[in-house]
Amino acid sequence: MLWYLGRRLLQVIPVFLGATLLLYALVFLRPGDPVAGLGGERGLPEAVQQQIRAQFHLDQPFIVQYLYYLKGIFTFDLGSTFTGRPVSDVVVEALPITFQLAIMALVIETVFGIAFGLFAGLRKGKFFDSTVLVFSLLLIALPTFVTGLVLQIVVGVQLDWLPVTAGRDPDFVSLLMPAVVLATTSFAQILRLTRTSVIENATADFVRTARAKGLSGGRVVNRHVLRNSLIPVVTFVGVDLGNLMAGSIVVEGIFNINGVGGTLFNAIQRGESVTIVTLSTVLVLIYIVANLLVDLLYAVLDPRIRYA
Amino acid sequence: MTPRKRLMGLGAFALASSLVLTACGGGGGGEETGEGASTGIVTVGNGEPQNPIIPTMTNETFGSKVTSNVFAGLVYYDAEGVVHNEVAESIESDDNKVWTITLKDGWEFSDGTPVTAQSFVDAWNYGAYGPNAQNLSYFFEPIEGFTDLQLAEDQLDAEGAPKEGEVPASKEMSGLEVVSDTEFTATLAQPESDFPLRLGYSAFYPLPESFFEDPEAFGEAPIGNGPYVLETWEHNSLIELRPNETYAGEREVQNGGVDLVAYTDEDSAYNDLLDGNLDIVTNVPASAFGTFEDELGDRAVNQPAAVIQVINVPEYNEKLSGEAGLLRRQAISMAIDRESITETVFSGSRTPATDFTSPVINGWTEDLEGNEVLDFNPDEAKALWAQAEEIEPWGDEPLFIASNADSDHQSWIDPTCNGIRDTLGIDCEFDAYPTFDEFLDARDNEEIKGLFRGGWQADYPAMSNFLGPIYGTGAGSNDMGYSSEEFDAKLKEANGESDPDAAIELYKEAQTILFQDLPGIPLWYNNATGGWSESVDNVVFGWDSDPILYQVTKSE
Amino acid sequence: MPENRYDKAPRPGQDRYVAAPEEVKVGVVDAVSTDTAPSSMWQEAWREMSHRVLFWVSAAMIVIVIVVAIAPGLFTDQLPRSGCDLANSLLPPSGEHFFGTDKNGCDIYTRTLYGAEASVLVGLLTTTFVVLLGTVVGAIAGYYGGWLDTILSRLTDIFFAVPFVLAAIVILSIVPSRSALAVALVLASFGWTTIARITRGAVLSVKNNEFVTAAKALGMSRGAILWKHVLPNSAAPIIVYSTVALGTFIVAEATLTFLGIGLDPSTVSWGGDLSNGRASIRTNPEIMFYPAAALAFTVLGFILLGDVVRDALDPKARKR
Repeated sequence: MLWYLGRRLLQVIPVFLGATLLLYALVFLRPGDPVAGLGGERGLPEAVQQQIRAQFHLDQPFIVQYLYYLKGIFTFDLGSTFTGRPVSDVVVEALPITFQLAIMALVIETVFGIAFGLFAGLRKGKFFDSTVLVFSLLLIALPTFVTGLVLQIVVGVQLDWLPVTAGRDPDFVSLLMPAVVLATTSFAQILRLTRTSVIENATADFVRTARAKGLSGGRVVNRHVLRNSLIPVVTFVGVDLGNLMAGSIVVEGIFNINGVGGTLFNAIQRGESVTIVTLSTVLVLIYIVANLLVDLLYAVLDPRIRYA
Repeated sequence: MTPRKRLMGLGAFALASSLVLTACGGGGGGEETGEGASTGIVTVGNGEPQNPIIPTMTNETFGSKVTSNVFAGLVYYDAEGVVHNEVAESIESDDNKVWTITLKDGWEFSDGTPVTAQSFVDAWNYGAYGPNAQNLSYFFEPIEGFTDLQLAEDQLDAEGAPKEGEVPASKEMSGLEVVSDTEFTATLAQPESDFPLRLGYSAFYPLPESFFEDPEAFGEAPIGNGPYVLETWEHNSLIELRPNETYAGEREVQNGGVDLVAYTDEDSAYNDLLDGNLDIVTNVPASAFGTFEDELGDRAVNQPAAVIQVINVPEYNEKLSGEAGLLRRQAISMAIDRESITETVFSGSRTPATDFTSPVINGWTEDLEGNEVLDFNPDEAKALWAQAEEIEPWGDEPLFIASNADSDHQSWIDPTCNGIRDTLGIDCEFDAYPTFDEFLDARDNEEIKGLFRGGWQADYPAMSNFLGPIYGTGAGSNDMGYSSEEFDAKLKEANGESDPDAAIELYKEAQTILFQDLPGIPLWYNNATGGWSESVDNVVFGWDSDPILYQVTKSE
Repeated sequence: MPENRYDKAPRPGQDRYVAAPEEVKVGVVDAVSTDTAPSSMWQEAWREMSHRVLFWVSAAMIVIVIVVAIAPGLFTDQLPRSGCDLANSLLPPSGEHFFGTDKNGCDIYTRTLYGAEASVLVGLLTTTFVVLLGTVVGAIAGYYGGWLDTILSRLTDIFFAVPFVLAAIVILSIVPSRSALAVALVLASFGWTTIARITRGAVLSVKNNEFVTAAKALGMSRGAILWKHVLPNSAAPIIVYSTVALGTFIVAEATLTFLGIGLDPSTVSWGGDLSNGRASIRTNPEIMFYPAAALAFTVLGFILLGDVVRDALDPKARKR
């Protein structure tokens, strides 16, 4: 097990190099001239543009730019944004709050998704199952920029139950609404995955065996049906942590959260390569760790899966 | 305030810095605040400044809300855009070329150092010096000796980048001369009658000595001479402005301070206002255009701003130039129902254009010679188009209107195209560029397929600011490639005219030339749309669409 | 894992439950037909499906959507982008405009019908790309394991690092037009990694089953085992994920449009109309109902079909 863990952690290095290289290539392929866009309609004076290009090595070939970035990593100097702020500051500022938001959304969607999915699966084709299906269709069919804004106006402004925006230093309560909105789409996925796995495993041989052995109904569900149903769900949840952190652009905008999604989106719009690459790389590291945990969980959930 | 800079924020849902506010006396001015002293902190919706807080770097509204309150220039603009002396005692010239500027006594920066003629001259020289790469350096171009502070042609390599180790010939503009602590002269390369009008703009603010020791640190914690001092700057979330005890000017602070709260989405700021978490909103979101005046009542403002939206016509487009091209430009302009679009799509938060400037600018008029081409007139449009077809057929391809799509332009391009399609019987499409810089790139490289959107926000309240930088031959924002000797000559004449009223007449004549050539088709003026909560009073939005923050009152 | 902990004697007072013989139906399991040729799992699944009412209902729903997508003109005599008059802005539903009109005065009923083509195309193409790429990568990684798993899984990680907004801007600048295919490529470029992980997980949990070992013992090739036994038994989460994802992809197009990197603005789509409707959310939220409802109908059709297919592929469920 330790050997497996060590090997997986070592694999982070090639992933890091590959991801940063791919990202740099994409930023390089991005059309337009980021520096020209900085001054708006009037544009910046030519001397200013040249200076910024030189400062960010934008006048250099792609591979040179990439090597400058790697050099920065190894000398602990990630560089700065076009507006002169250290990228490390930007990351440190945005990451914790997005992480908190993503974890909250993850917990909400997992708890509710599994609970509803379990009951829907055990009562397949019954009223509860159909109701849950219609409800999840509703969540799928509305984009977050609709659900978020509606929830904000109704729950925040009209009913005054929750804070309208999260603002700075948001606490648990003010992050609740954005977390719920963020959780909506994945909730439907987890629910359907759980439901199907439950249906599938409820008829599996080992469950019948357990029942035949005389185990109680609740215990069968708990020990056998649920545990074995969890593999696809756990896989999805592991991947989704990364998606939630990178993909919260819209939700962060609506609830005025200064997080990774918005910062990353901004940087992409501006073509600010250091910020894009650094943030994305941090995200991929989180993703790798989450997936490693999922892989280890496989062995716990299903004794037949083993790692050398 | 600044050249219609694009907001680098979250494109689609950003507080577009173009949507600025104006409105003369739109606020509840003059009301008594009731009992209790006005010592409350006023919270204002803003965004993260896109540059360090250095006056010559600040080219967008988020930053300029800070600089205009932390610094005091030679003059300041009141709500109507009228110029008043601030640090200046007088600004005089006999020939509009050599300006003598005298300063009032007793001005200090908030660190206790005096504001002298040298503070201005050093700041301007720093801003103009090429290697300092200041965003607003072009504002010093009219001053004699500006070119000596830039690298010469032979100091640049083939790609226009500076060669190793080369520096400009001088660090100081020859046109600036310090006479005494309270007097200096500025000599311009050619006469410019509206020079004093520009001096209230951010680029011309003075800087303390400490700036030159460490500009980088200064940009994070600026020291100014304005009504407020910047107390803290929490990036991307909050800027705290507190009254400056050493301020010596007329802009007397009426509140306990101002908190500029960063938002990336207009809807969230507006919802915070409705919920009482925010005192002043300076941009109403599109979703609330139809409702905000009902929801806020007399706490809403909706009046034209110093911002104009235009669709420009590239001269390199053969079908849209020449004799047939001119007929087509007129036909397209007359096929756009500005009245309906501003009323329906924008719910009255835009005002149909009648000229190339803005209603908040001195000299603006509805009755400009030649502006009937802006009236919706489908019959005339059809007739003009038919005339053009006789000269040269248009063919099957659609008429494209290009714009960046990272903020909401589809909402007006779609109905504009619908009108063109129905009136002229040709296809019309939105040519969407994902990012603003990709759009600019296409403009610079003359790759635009049809017409393209242009928006312009005034830096300072003068007609000249709407004309020269956009339509002058070779001007920085003239991506159409428009060049008219007649227009250039008229502008030059107007710039040299000492009598302001006579100058305005000349600028109007210059606009008539534009109406004949139609290098751009004016659409509408953006309105300043904003609102405030019940807990603040005396909110007035200035000509530049920003609320006049120092006079807002709020009791605790 | 201590697997035998359930064999312990029950605690006093614990309910005992002995399954009734008719529930276990051992006889059914034992009754193997020996006089017909064994049919493949896929064939059996089809036979099974064709007897289900739900199959025909869901198929009908999908056919309706596809007919509308191919020939919207059969159901309306108006066009989505002409005859829009600002004077008719935001009219309520009437005989002339069944669903009313939008802000630009266009007929919502017509736009909803015409929006099907692009939306369904985006949904189907993206799902196809994602399932093909994700399943192949995930199945190979999970089934063969070892260094192949390492390489494919790390490659998935690398691709995950690409933010979809960046991918969208780059891809849209390379392709000649912002068609449904281009948008599908954008969505697929970041969507496939999820399904690759899900497939890998499912294959991992299936490949150690007794029937796989049995097939191995019978001398079946590894590729054949993967195709005939492992994949059908891993299909459930893939089907479930992709039917729901189909809907989220159609909605994702709305978000892309909202961010300025979606379909060409001249294309009518449900996502585009949802995005346009946002400006009316405070005054006329009902105009967003119609594209959303059309979307929900489409997704429901595919989810129900997915359920039937899954049931059919699950031999355990079938023998009940």
